[in-house]
This record gives sequence, structure tokens and C-alpha cells, in this order.
Amino acid sequence: MEPFVRHTGKVAAVPRANVDTDQIIPKQFLKGIERTGLGPALFYDWRYRADGTPDPEFELNRPEAAGASLLVAGANFGCGSSREHAAWALADAGFRAILAPSFADIFFANCCQNGLLPVRLEAEEIDELVRRTQAGGGDYRLTVDLERQRVEDGQGFGASFGLEPYRREMLLRGLDEIGRTLLEEPRIAAFEQRRATRAAAAP
Amino acid sequence: MIARSTPRTLFQKVWDAHVVHPLAEGGPALLYVDLHLVHEVTSPQAFAGLRAAGRRVRRPELTVATVDHNVPTDDRSLPVADPISARQLDTLGANARAAGIELFDLHSPGQGIVHVIGPELGLTQPGMIIVCGDSHTSTHGAFGALAFGIGTSEVEHVLATQCLVMSKPKTLEARFMGRLAPGVTAKDLVLGFIGQIGTAGATGHVIEYTGESIRGLTMEQRMTVCNMSIEAGARAGMIGPDETTFAYLAGRPRAPAGAAWNAAVEAWRGLGSDPGARYDMRVTIDAASLAPQVTWGTSPGMVTAITARVPRLEDFESEADRTAAARALSYMDLAPGTPMAGLRIDRVFLGSCTNGRIEDLRAAAQIVRGKRVASSVRAMVVPGSMRVRAEAEREGLDRIFREAGFEWRNAGCSMCLGMNPDVLQSGERCASTSNRNFEGRQGRGGRTHLMSPAMAAAAAIAGRLVDVREWAS
Repeated sequence: MEPFVRHTGKVAAVPRANVDTDQIIPKQFLKGIERTGLGPALFYDWRYRADGTPDPEFELNRPEAAGASLLVAGANFGCGSSREHAAWALADAGFRAILAPSFADIFFANCCQNGLLPVRLEAEEIDELVRRTQAGGGDYRLTVDLERQRVEDGQGFGASFGLEPYRREMLLRGLDEIGRTLLEEPRIAAFEQRRATRAAAAP
Repeated sequence: MIARSTPRTLFQKVWDAHVVHPLAEGGPALLYVDLHLVHEVTSPQAFAGLRAAGRRVRRPELTVATVDHNVPTDDRSLPVADPISARQLDTLGANARAAGIELFDLHSPGQGIVHVIGPELGLTQPGMIIVCGDSHTSTHGAFGALAFGIGTSEVEHVLATQCLVMSKPKTLEARFMGRLAPGVTAKDLVLGFIGQIGTAGATGHVIEYTGESIRGLTMEQRMTVCNMSIEAGARAGMIGPDETTFAYLAGRPRAPAGAAWNAAVEAWRGLGSDPGARYDMRVTIDAASLAPQVTWGTSPGMVTAITARVPRLEDFESEADRTAAARALSYMDLAPGTPMAGLRIDRVFLGSCTNGRIEDLRAAAQIVRGKRVASSVRAMVVPGSMRVRAEAEREGLDRIFREAGFEWRNAGCSMCLGMNPDVLQSGERCASTSNRNFEGRQGRGGRTHLMSPAMAAAAAIAGRLVDVREWAS
């Protein structure tokens, strides 16, 4: 996994609440067997009209959103289906962090597994970031610093965010979680031993 | 160490029994997984990851695979027409064979939606931790298991280690007061609950459903309730096991038998929440006053009684809710103030892991018997599993549906998510027994109204949304 320490980049905003993973990546893109190349499918049904032409109204189709690597979004982002394709598509489209007032649980975990940092801020802070992004006309940039757990724009906006120390460490060091868990092999084997004994007595 | 005298919730008991190692103080724990269910859509990348790292599936015998999301529900003697879907189905077959994982494939009599076959085989048992790369894994919580959906990276983690790293969720008791009125079902109960607490109301929590109306539900009805826990944002939903649970499990192919059965039931009896156990949050729902529910918008929380009207924008308190409602009404092509009853529909979908079980089909058949689907409506029944389909055929339900003009299909997720050829056309309005009414969920531009099987069956006959209580003979 690519580590996340600090990232400065251009911001785009999709200030809608309850964006579900069916919107982030529609089902027609879930038939593959790879986890790469999903960027073009991101928000497909919102980005493209039924005739395949881009919808200029959609926030990420506006010229000022081009090249954005930070996404500011509404509450309960990533709700619904567990499809990790949503995190893969966001990462493949160049996003490094998503900033929102709240995230759905499974999506949050999926982001952490892919070096895509989910940043929870207060609703008022997200509102302010949306305002600044819209006022910036495509020039608004933020720095997301996971070491300091701070989001700053160098123009007066600053906010702190929380993340479990375990998740933070995994992201900062880009660790392979399976490799980490396999270090616990003696404990897993001991647990399995106890479990088998229990099953022999009772289930 | 928790003192024995400290009352514990059902969730806490299951959690405590599965901690392999507390990884960090106040942080996530390493949990042991008793049952890992696998399907074709969220697993290929996990198996590929294992291969790339030279890792093996640790406990193939605790892993069970089936094909469901991407399978055609029409003629199974024909090859799968979509080559990309076919490759995904073949990939699961190859991965399962290579790892020694039991697979219910397209031609197996045990094939079906992963959350239907686990319980019907008796694989799902009280006190287990069950995971699957699918958000509706919460279904299995109906048995007093801790069951939740995970992403593909976590699927890979469980395949490799039989464990999962998880932060401990909070607990929420949802207590349902009173008994459900006639014509009001488990689906109405859970839709009403989501309407009350919202689609993020239970985020970060495991819900325990309690109260008189929950105790009165059959196992299949309890599965409907737990299934939609994720639509309230919950990590999982659980119901304490009781005699109803044990009676359902007794004699199932993979349930314990003989002396092991007695010992199992003895252990399961101790799982229920202790009197005085503390929850982080409590919600009370007046189940007795619920009417049949139907969604009007593009999120399961956008729901109201069939006797009510499409809400007006001024009914919403926050600007964000007004914006979301306006967008939803535009997508759904509904005018504020329109009565829900009477909305004309084009399609009916009976099925899904929410409502594709035998009791659901019986409830729908009871409404349909001797009637005809409205000429303007295309209606289909997609049983949740091939066993459900076979049972329905033994009972003659297929004849009732076919004679009424329903299509009688093979098992799969089908039009719940429209990954296979079963999709809505743009602009079509559907009465659906599934779990999500998101934009485009059942087909791009399709308009989904979620409801109970009986309500959907009545809508098929009437050609419009109706109050099923007026249809009950």
C-alpha cells in the first residue's frame, strides 16, 4: 500500500449528502477481476448522460475540478454497498484523500486499506471548505498532514482530525495488514486450539 | 478482564469470545472468523492478491462460496451470454477449486444468494462471527451471530489469516413496542425504523433488535429486519437467539446433530443480553402504530406510510435535507403532495436477500392467487435460492405466480442491483421487495419503490401502489 504522510493538492467539492457507492461506481463496472483501471468509471452515471456525453453540470466535470487530488464531500459519504471498487476508482482517478463530516463504516475501512485517507471534519469546517473551493475557481489547494493530523490551506483555514492510532500507523508506513497479522501466527494457532477444544466439548 | 457479574450484551459476548489478540489499548482487536462467505463479485481481486503474495487460504473448510450477484436468472442450460460476467463466474470456480473451498455454482441445487443459503443450510449459527464481502451480511445477525460486510482487502485478509482487524463498534438497542398490526410486516417494521433514525442513524454501531414485536417474528422475518441494518448505517444487526431460532436450525444439513445439538442449544441459551446490560444508545419504536411502508425517494430513509403523501420540501428542517429531497423527487418524477397510493408502476420485482425466502413468496402468492398482473405491468419472481425455488414449486406457488402472469425465475440477486440482464429501463417505475432505492440501482434511470412482498404483489395486480390491507380477503 502506498503510504500517506502528507499531501498538498487541488481540491474539488461534491457537496451532496449520502453519496452511496452505487453512485461512486455503478454496478456495470463490478464485473471485472482486477482492482486497477477503474478511474474512468468513477461517478459514471453522474459524469455522463445516457447518450455518453459528459454532463457539464456535474461538479467533477467542471474545468476547475480537473486535476484535483482532494475531494470534499457531504455527510455519510460512501454509504450502501461494500464494494471496494469505490475506493479503487477514487484512488485510480487521482484522489489521495476524501474530506467529509462522516463516512459509512465499510467505505471508511476500504479507504484505509488503499492509502486513500478518509478525513472526518466538523460539518461547519466542510461547509467552509466547500465555500473556499467554489470561490477558488479551480485554484484552491489544501495540505492534508497525517503526521500532525491537520488540514490547512495557508490562507487561514486550519482544522484537526482524528484517526485511530492503529490505522494512522498503517497508513503512515504503508504497511501490509495481512503481513502484520501473520506475525500473530502463534496467537491465532493458540486460539484455534482453544476453539477446537471447545467444539469437542460443546460447539 | 471483565468480572462475571458485569451484565453483557449479546454483542459483547460474541465479541469477547472471538478476540485473538487486542492489538492496541482502545484500538482495534484481532478477531477470529467462524464462517467466511464468498461470492464472485468481491473476491477475485482478493484471491489474486493472495497469489501475488504467495499466500494460501488458511481455513478453506470455514469458507463457503456461491455465485449470486452476476448470474442470469433465465435458462441455465444456456451459456452465460455476457463474456465479462462469465469470466467472473469462472474465476470464482477456479479460485474455489484451487483453494479447496466448497462452491455452489450455477448448476448446483444449493446455489442462491449468499445470505439465503447460509441460513437455509444451517451454516449460520448463534454466537458466530460471520463475514462476507457484501454489506447485507448483517442478515445472519438474526441468529444472534455477529455478521457484517467487509471490503475485498479484508476478504483477502480473512482468506489468509481467518482473522479480521476490527475496531469495536458501539451498541444500539432498537426496542420495538407492541405487536404489528395485520397486513404490516417485518419489512415495514425495518423501513419504519430507518425512516425514524435515518440512513446514518446507526453508523459505527451494532444494533440489537429487541421487544415484543421482534420476539413475535419468524426467523425469516428476523432476517429481513437484520438484513436492512446496513441501510441505517449500522455495522451489524443482531437478535438474541430463542426457541424460534433453535426450531429453525434443528435438522438443517450443517447444524449440529445428536448430542452436539443439545450441547449447542445449551450454549446458545446463554448468549442473550443479560438483564441490565448497557447499550451506548437506545431507540424506541412504536411498532403497533406502523402502517405498510413505501419509499418515495432515492435512499431507504426516504420512506413513508402507503396512506401518506409524497412530502413537501417545506416538511424538511435542514437545507441539506431539502436539497436531497428536491433532487430525489426530480429523479423519481414525483410531485410533492401526491398520494403514495395510486402511483402507477411498470415493473414488480419479488426477490433479493431481503425478501426472497419461502415465507415471502407465500405471502405474495396469497395476494396473487386467482388474479392477473395488470396488463401494463411486467412482474418477476426471483427466489432467493434454488432450494427456495424447489420448495415453492412443491407448494405450487410457481403455478399461482405463472398463472397470474409473473415470470418465474432462477435464483440470484437479479434486479436488486441489476448486475445481470434483469434491469429497469430508464423511466420505469418499480415496486420492489429489495433493499436499496438508490439512483440507478435497478437500472440507469429506473425508479424504485421499496416495500413488502405483499405490497409489491398487490401493486402488480392493481398496476399501481395500493394499501395491501384493503386487498386482504
